Amino acid sequence: MSKTIAEINEKIKRGDACVVTAEEMPDIVDRIGLGRAAREVDVVTTGTFGAMCSSGAFLNFGHSEIPIRMAKTYLNKVEAYSGVAAVDAYIGATQLARDNTVDDIRYGGANVIEDLICGRTIELKAESYGTDCYPLKEITTNITIDDLNQAVMVNPRNAYQRYDSATNGSNKIIHTYMGELLPDYRNVTYSGAGILSPLSNDPEYRSIGIGTRIFIGGAQGYVIGPGTQCSSASGFGTLMTMGDMKKMNPEYVNAAAFTGYGTSLYLGIGIPIPILDENMAKATSVRDSDITVSIKDYSVKNRDRPVVKTVSYAELKSGFVEIYNHSVPTSPLSSFKRARKVASELKRWILEGDFILGTPVETIPQNLSAKPMKETMKIPLVGDIMDKFPITIEKTGSVVEAARKMRESSKNHIPVVFGPKNHLEGIITSWDVSKAVSEGTLNSVEKCMTKKVIYCYPDEKIDVAASRLSSAGISAMPVVDSEGNVVGLITSEDFSKLFSGRKLQ
Amino acid sequence: MKLKIQIPPNKINTTIIAEVILETKVILNLISSSIHSKGGIMIIEIPDNMFDIVKAGFTSRGASVIPLDVSIKRDEDECVDCGACISVCPTRVFSFDENWELQADLSKCTGCGLCTKMCPHKALEIPEFD
Repeated sequence: MSKTIAEINEKIKRGDACVVTAEEMPDIVDRIGLGRAAREVDVVTTGTFGAMCSSGAFLNFGHSEIPIRMAKTYLNKVEAYSGVAAVDAYIGATQLARDNTVDDIRYGGANVIEDLICGRTIELKAESYGTDCYPLKEITTNITIDDLNQAVMVNPRNAYQRYDSATNGSNKIIHTYMGELLPDYRNVTYSGAGILSPLSNDPEYRSIGIGTRIFIGGAQGYVIGPGTQCSSASGFGTLMTMGDMKKMNPEYVNAAAFTGYGTSLYLGIGIPIPILDENMAKATSVRDSDITVSIKDYSVKNRDRPVVKTVSYAELKSGFVEIYNHSVPTSPLSSFKRARKVASELKRWILEGDFILGTPVETIPQNLSAKPMKETMKIPLVGDIMDKFPITIEKTGSVVEAARKMRESSKNHIPVVFGPKNHLEGIITSWDVSKAVSEGTLNSVEKCMTKKVIYCYPDEKIDVAASRLSSAGISAMPVVDSEGNVVGLITSEDFSKLFSGRKLQ
Repeated sequence: MKLKIQIPPNKINTTIIAEVILETKVILNLISSSIHSKGGIMIIEIPDNMFDIVKAGFTSRGASVIPLDVSIKRDEDECVDCGACISVCPTRVFSFDENWELQADLSKCTGCGLCTKMCPHKALEIPEFD
């Protein structure tokens, strides 16, 4: 047995639709079973409220008395893109005001959007080159949202199905779009609403498609396509959305600033899922414990950050996760309280007959994936320029042997290893040898080597490795494989050779 | 409670803090200390009922004692109850109640300021002190 969206809409109009939130649904299914839940529940409402950086709005200002084709446009000093005809501009959430820097983030595109929705006055400044049809070259005026012809939020990538959580394995605090990450894995941050997440409740895109009517920022809007970078195939789907800013509610649209990153927009999005059959009842009975994400080490300056652990939203929401035998506190970045409010507000709208479900005119493919950027100026990897046959010494060796190896190879750094696989134990430098000579401790390399070695991996980009070398104030690093065995040595000389063009074609 | 102890420049090289601890037998927690041109400044934490005796100990040695309210201030209009602050706080000031509403136990706050940089909504602030 199955229902259609039209049938459910008839029930909504009659005022007898059964609507529950995605948080209520799992218990209902447990209590009355899938079959009955599918028959009795008509709509499950979802909700999420969190940072959605990939958001922005098209604004149309109307024509000035002497017309201008706005070429450079600023709203409260935040640049808006106006390469779309004469008096349209797109204001993006993460664009910073001209006088802000990454160390001093006070105002950005997200604030412009928030100020407009709150009815505040915005200074519009535009410049142009002047044409016969658009003679004006400069304009400065003050506007509010009521003065605009259109203020339409069009967001390229919203409502991530789930999002990998973040931690920091380095020995320094880092500031990211996932917030402040303490050194040595001392905290974990995560994003997303888990059980209430719209796409996690319809992972097969049965009802979420182009034309699906949604709650966006307190107004009714639409899904207008798959979001950019949508990876529906791997369970990291995203949506492109739109909504009329003039109808939005400031409670569901908040500007935010992440220290060391920039501004972002906190946005409330809710999507109703019609329960057409048992499959959809099953999909909407998903719980936090069913949705898993990776915890990634954000201190690694690479697109593919290492996975520290895989956890469920239930674990993340418990407040602590275990990393390397330590209990580590977690922070959400999204507000679950407001996600709940979005889902229950949407539920109220439907119950009161104010919100009719949209029928998608086209579905979103389930096989989408996102590619990395094609880089034509490729940065070499450590493995490309390292010394692949480095001289090493066993940790049981003597300082005299180390000194002899240095002299024979004319190297100042020798990785100290142990065992048949050359496991990295330390590093000995000519400085360590001089120190051992002056102190008369010549019989053990292990005693005079540096034990806390800074190292790198062969597949790291050389600019990342070079910055590690210089920030540590050293001139060589052993290169190790994933098991910590020495596979090479990279020195500051290898980096300088790059610029003289001797090592790379 | 937290106290700001100002030590005059000519007393910086004395063992004033050790003397006060031995004399009063109060187990105090040193939160921060710094020395600059006008002398030294320490922020310490003591049990509330020991204020008089600790104050007497420091003032009799030429230092001044100011009770300090270093607790963070939370702007509830700006706060969206996201909870970003929870995991960076070393003393676990923040937590959620059963409705996912953010709670702050300000008595635990040492005024370290980590949360003020973390808060995406600029809802947390520490009163300035020098």
